[in-house]
Amino acid sequence: MADLTTNFAGIRCPNPFWLASGPPTNCGDQVMRAFDAGWGGAVWKTIGEPIVNVSSRYSSVDWNGQRMMGLNNIELISDRPIETNLREIAEVKKRYPKHAVIASLMVDSKRDVWHDIVKRSEDAGADGLELNFGCPHGMSERGMGSAVGQVPEYSCMITEWVKEVARTPVLIKLTPNITDIRTVARAARRGGADALSAINTINSITGIDLDTFTPRPYVGGSSSHGGYCGPAVKPIALHLVQQIASDTEVGIPISGIGGIAGWREAAEFMLLGCGTVQVCTAAMHYGYRIVEDMIDGLSNWMDEKGFRTLDDFRGLSVPKVTEWKHLDLNYKIVARIDRDTCIGCDLCYIACWDGAHQCIHIDGHSRPESLEAASHARLTVTPIAKLDALQAANGKKTPPERIPKVDEAECVGCNLCWLVCPVANCITMEQVDTGRPAQSWEQRCQQH
Amino acid sequence: MSSAALHVERNLEQFPDLHPAFDSQAALAEANRCLFCFDAPCMGACPTHIDVPRFIKKIASGNLRGSAVTILDANILGLSCSRVCPVDVLCEGACVMHRYNKLPIEIGRLQRFAMDTFYAKGAHLPPVAQTGSQRIACVGGGPASLSCAAELRRRGVAVTVFDNRPLPGGLNTYGVAEYKLRPADSLREVAMVRSLGVEFRQAEVGGATPLDELEGEYAFLFLGMGLGAMERMGIPGEQALGVIDALRFIERYKTLPDFSVGKTVVVIGGGNTAIDAANAARRLGAQDVHLFYRRTETEMPAFSFEYDRSKVEGVQFHWLAQPVAILEQEGRAAAVKFVRTALGQPDASGRRKAEPVPESEFEFPCDLVIPALGQSRLTSLLESTRGVELKGGSIVVDRATGRTANPRYYGGGDCVNGGREVVDAVADGKRAALAMVAQLQVNHG
Repeated sequence: MADLTTNFAGIRCPNPFWLASGPPTNCGDQVMRAFDAGWGGAVWKTIGEPIVNVSSRYSSVDWNGQRMMGLNNIELISDRPIETNLREIAEVKKRYPKHAVIASLMVDSKRDVWHDIVKRSEDAGADGLELNFGCPHGMSERGMGSAVGQVPEYSCMITEWVKEVARTPVLIKLTPNITDIRTVARAARRGGADALSAINTINSITGIDLDTFTPRPYVGGSSSHGGYCGPAVKPIALHLVQQIASDTEVGIPISGIGGIAGWREAAEFMLLGCGTVQVCTAAMHYGYRIVEDMIDGLSNWMDEKGFRTLDDFRGLSVPKVTEWKHLDLNYKIVARIDRDTCIGCDLCYIACWDGAHQCIHIDGHSRPESLEAASHARLTVTPIAKLDALQAANGKKTPPERIPKVDEAECVGCNLCWLVCPVANCITMEQVDTGRPAQSWEQRCQQH
Repeated sequence: MSSAALHVERNLEQFPDLHPAFDSQAALAEANRCLFCFDAPCMGACPTHIDVPRFIKKIASGNLRGSAVTILDANILGLSCSRVCPVDVLCEGACVMHRYNKLPIEIGRLQRFAMDTFYAKGAHLPPVAQTGSQRIACVGGGPASLSCAAELRRRGVAVTVFDNRPLPGGLNTYGVAEYKLRPADSLREVAMVRSLGVEFRQAEVGGATPLDELEGEYAFLFLGMGLGAMERMGIPGEQALGVIDALRFIERYKTLPDFSVGKTVVVIGGGNTAIDAANAARRLGAQDVHLFYRRTETEMPAFSFEYDRSKVEGVQFHWLAQPVAILEQEGRAAAVKFVRTALGQPDASGRRKAEPVPESEFEFPCDLVIPALGQSRLTSLLESTRGVELKGGSIVVDRATGRTANPRYYGGGDCVNGGREVVDAVADGKRAALAMVAQLQVNHG
């Protein structure tokens, strides 16, 4: 049985699944219920001078009938008094000593103000501090959040202030709303940060109401840009995590955030070097109970792969990301279509013709237009069972003429047909021997 | 049929929808399940070639008017077809989802959702201005003629539909079982065709309105008058009270509020109309409904899903029995006398012939007898149409154009194909319309 116990920059907890700072960690009662559900840690809703929120606060992007592919919020930090938050942190830590409670902090950019909030948080019993340099809306207009995280010098300076007094590990939460996230990651490291959290939400406008012409979320006739998160942002987050994980000037632990909803995403972030992962949107969508399958699924996957601890696989994928110029130009794959499992939807065919390289074909037709014209011209009548010798549409077997064929000589191995095929393992991308040794673009340039 | 009254209210309770309508949430979820196949098999399997994935994706995108117009562009009777089409052997039968180990997309119900939404909004198709002075006549007011007339009108041609009944729509209005299609929906479609500018006239073509007269007034005549009355059994006692053929039976219960069926009903025949009549008899209150067919389950021409549904309705099936007489009591049918049959060699249709077994007669008491032996051909009208070739009572046409041997005459629907589905009639009418429009252009540059 895999061991999920975690030691992240000195913060210990039963598993690497933390709730990210946000609505699910707004108060002590919530955090205790989350720990009961199985979460290993929680980053408290950002503590600072209480703010006033607006209503409404969230908007989302639905896709093909699925809700909340992406979520956007314009909520600010905690609207509760600092003392209340700290009192509840103390209570949670008393009742759940083995779970990690991280205080997320955001205050005015003044040394003594930061000193004060750090001391009070640690006195309350926080296991670590996460400095919120990432929140992209509202607070940034007041010189906090991403206004700090977008300027490496500010990030370094405030990290230094915090480290002057902090006794617990200090995490810096990074904003993705910056040209090169590594500049701030390095600055945080220079300032003495113990770890990084990445990524915070991405600046976004999720959509516009086509009746009122007002973007969402709607607040009294207007809207404002928010922070985007949820499944849609995972690829962006993975890339930014990879950027800082592979940067030799950074070299401190990373708590991965961005679109993590299950054990698969968690494993992906860990393979790119993360020590813990943080979840918010998925818990907002389905509740704390989702952590059960995250723990169970990750354990089963680790058992299957022979990984005993999280350290056994953390970072394994980092060296597999390289620059394009190092990729092998002589590696070649082609698409193969399995005629037995093809259902004849012909999505690969039209995708190849309109979106790729015109190398998937249907017998008897030189172009998609001639196929469509032939179908339109065909005379079809309703088959009358038992009178029409059963020429009735037989859905059980794919008509051979609907099964496309790949011209392997022309196939560039782009993957598009394989991506659009709805049937598992029907299209496979198979390696063919080019007879040429591996050679990258860089090597080719050097030769000439 | 002298009365225009269609009795609707009672039927709503006795004949609830066979397939209940989708609400918008369910329609959206189902629409999103569609893979959006290229050159989709469902479209190919539809005689009218409705672009099924296109109208389904328009439901998913929230473009409901566009969805309905996509359907109507291919099939002006999209509403009735969504109700009456045997989708199992058409679009849904061809759905690739069968091979995806999943249920096919519920295309029929999605089409109904799009059409119901369109009609509920009181929406219309834009009228098209008339171009040219040529006029075309459509004989008969059923699906083939409605489709032909709508297609012609949408292409700028002036059209008149001649129908001998008080209400147009043909079997859609008078002859389709209530749990599939309500008369009100058929009449909505008629109103839609009328709103395009098609003129409707109630007239007995071939009778008070001779074809000669129409030939003088119209450039082309489209023959879409369907079939005649149902075939007689040709046995003693057939004229007795309490014997009513299936189409008249369906028409009667749809128009007479107090139509009653008695306790025991015998239906004779193995086609889809026999099944419709048997189901209707059950719903109208008959305790026992017995369907007799001279062959067996294997040879029965009804769709297998119709047969399955009928068993659920409680209809009892009897194979290998052929009626030889209706026995009367006080002038009313009281029993049917059958003879047992045995299957012999295959006949022209490829099915084994039912041959009477000597001395195997038996009597079956009942209150109502409903023969459903198929419709006769309307040959009397056609005999006067010079140069229109007939074969086996059906009009012979070039299938791609619907053109008869007389170039002034086109034809489609049941009078051409011998009696198929509404969607086949719509496809015939549309093809003939396109061919006539092309011919008008040839004739007049």
